[in-house]
Amino acid sequence: MNSRVLVTEVGQVVAGTVVCALVLPFIVDVHTATLLTVYAMLALSLGFIWGFGGILCFGQAAFYGLGAYTYALAAINFDGAWAAFGLAILVPAAFAGLLGALMFYGRLSDVYLAVVTLVVTLILFKFFNSTAGPSYRIGEARLGGFNGIPGFPTLTVPGSPDTYIYGAGLFYFTIALLALVYLGLRLTLLSPFGRIVVSLRENEERTELLGYDVRFYKSAAFAVSGGIAGLAGCLFANWAEIVTPGLFSLGQSAEIIIWVIVGGLGTLIGPMIGAALLGYLKFALGHQSVVDNSFIMGVLLIVVVLFLQEGLVPTVTRFAKLGLRRSSSKNSRRQSRRKRIVSDVR
Amino acid sequence: MDFAIVVLVEILHSIAVLVLISSGLAVIFGMMRVINLAHGEFLTLGGYVAILGHRNGLNLYFCMLVLAPVVVGLWGLIVERLVVRWLYGRLINTMLATWGLSLAMTGAFSMIFGNTMTGIPNPLGGLTVGDYQISGYSLFLIGAAAAVMAVITIVLKATRAGLIARGAMQRPDMAQAFGLNISHVYMTTFAAGAALSGLAGALLAPLVGLSPGSGANYIAKAFITVISGGASVVTGTIVSAGLFGSISQVFTLVTSSVGGEIALLVAAVVLLRLMPIGITGRFFKGWT
Repeated sequence: MNSRVLVTEVGQVVAGTVVCALVLPFIVDVHTATLLTVYAMLALSLGFIWGFGGILCFGQAAFYGLGAYTYALAAINFDGAWAAFGLAILVPAAFAGLLGALMFYGRLSDVYLAVVTLVVTLILFKFFNSTAGPSYRIGEARLGGFNGIPGFPTLTVPGSPDTYIYGAGLFYFTIALLALVYLGLRLTLLSPFGRIVVSLRENEERTELLGYDVRFYKSAAFAVSGGIAGLAGCLFANWAEIVTPGLFSLGQSAEIIIWVIVGGLGTLIGPMIGAALLGYLKFALGHQSVVDNSFIMGVLLIVVVLFLQEGLVPTVTRFAKLGLRRSSSKNSRRQSRRKRIVSDVR
Repeated sequence: MDFAIVVLVEILHSIAVLVLISSGLAVIFGMMRVINLAHGEFLTLGGYVAILGHRNGLNLYFCMLVLAPVVVGLWGLIVERLVVRWLYGRLINTMLATWGLSLAMTGAFSMIFGNTMTGIPNPLGGLTVGDYQISGYSLFLIGAAAAVMAVITIVLKATRAGLIARGAMQRPDMAQAFGLNISHVYMTTFAAGAALSGLAGALLAPLVGLSPGSGANYIAKAFITVISGGASVVTGTIVSAGLFGSISQVFTLVTSSVGGEIALLVAAVVLLRLMPIGITGRFFKGWT
């Protein structure tokens, strides 16, 4: 990867982020915008492992919830909230890495993978739901069962421990992190590691015959995805100021999958857009009680699987490219093809 | 001695529950390699049908044993024609579409029935064994589970319909060459699986209250029983239900009911790691 590609990548992401950060608060209030950004990061984590690694995880909510709970527990027990912030990424990443190793070194494939991830999420859900008594505590923090853990310290501005990051500050912090993660994933996909991850999706057997340890790369990619989901969970904990077992629910896992598949599998920008759009739709639907929210989500998922396999972003891009190609000459066509090769990892 | 009988009945009861909730899924997965993630909602639908029928003055056993399977079977037929049949051979897509169906049905239940618990009274009293009481309904469920397994075996092994179904699943192209309408065979099999789910849901309704989200309680257990069982419909279901039912009941007695559920799920993860294609993938090869 040469430095010119790097500069273009960084420039595009920074420009896009600044536009989003300026425009979003005018469309929805800052509070909602923060949540949508958190959702976008969560969708990004699954969009990476599913869309590029070809591994469909039915339990992405496990890492999300684990990140949120790790942050809450560590923030109560330790002094600095930033130590908790670090742990909230590391613990889910390590958990995902171990779970991934358990599955991939056992050569489990699609259906069995789905079952194991689903079941692990369910175990966590049941466990945290049943921890109501005072005997369930980690250090000074009570797990609180169904009611969850409220009232843990949130993030503060580094250097001044009394200035909490909240409101608009939290929104800008979250969207900056999202931009960092997105940029990181784009650069990762351009790196040798990213190429191997994509080759796993394309042809696992051939990758293995070329001498790469498929099991290791799958587990590593799974850990990366788990870490990002954990970060999203940590930010959610800071936004909501409470963590509950509902974070681990199957409905949450389903929602993440719907965001990714509606936005567009095999892109990074698609899942983020899908999450923001559907998150907003859910928010808007929350104001009425005629139609149940999960009814709409369910019907949407069926319709997308049946009719719009590619998802929004790839479909729109294809039509846009078709229009562009018709109006352009031969010369610029060559240019746009070169552009397309770069743009493949978006 | 009396205590031993009670424990035995408890264990058999939890095995029977697993057999019942997974039989519909086992038929659909074992025969067609389709994972129906809306299975939990099919069970819930069966329960609601039985409750509504009972409230409107119909005989409870008629509602449970006839009405619920028929209604859910018809619903399965509609689902197969509208959604599932476009997705055969695309395992992940069927899982996603049926998960969408599961969410949609949960939403529909809470729009129709409201977000509350409903239930029907337990129709059978208790039996006294020494100093202990056994629920008569437990014995009824154990009998029902055994009957369901027997009927599936007989249908698959000894009838022409079962022969056609097995042939169509093994070699679809050959069966079609013999003039069978494969599409209809799939449709019927799916509907039969759905009907079994409806029966199970209705039979379990007196034990547990029903709420729109009840399906989620069943789906994971049914799912792991079927997947761990492997390719053989009847043997796989019985063996893995026996294993998981015993594990969960023993842990429930030793710790708590949540402990039992968690032990079941952990056992399933370990088992799948050791036998990635299920129990009948390694033992009992070629059994039904």
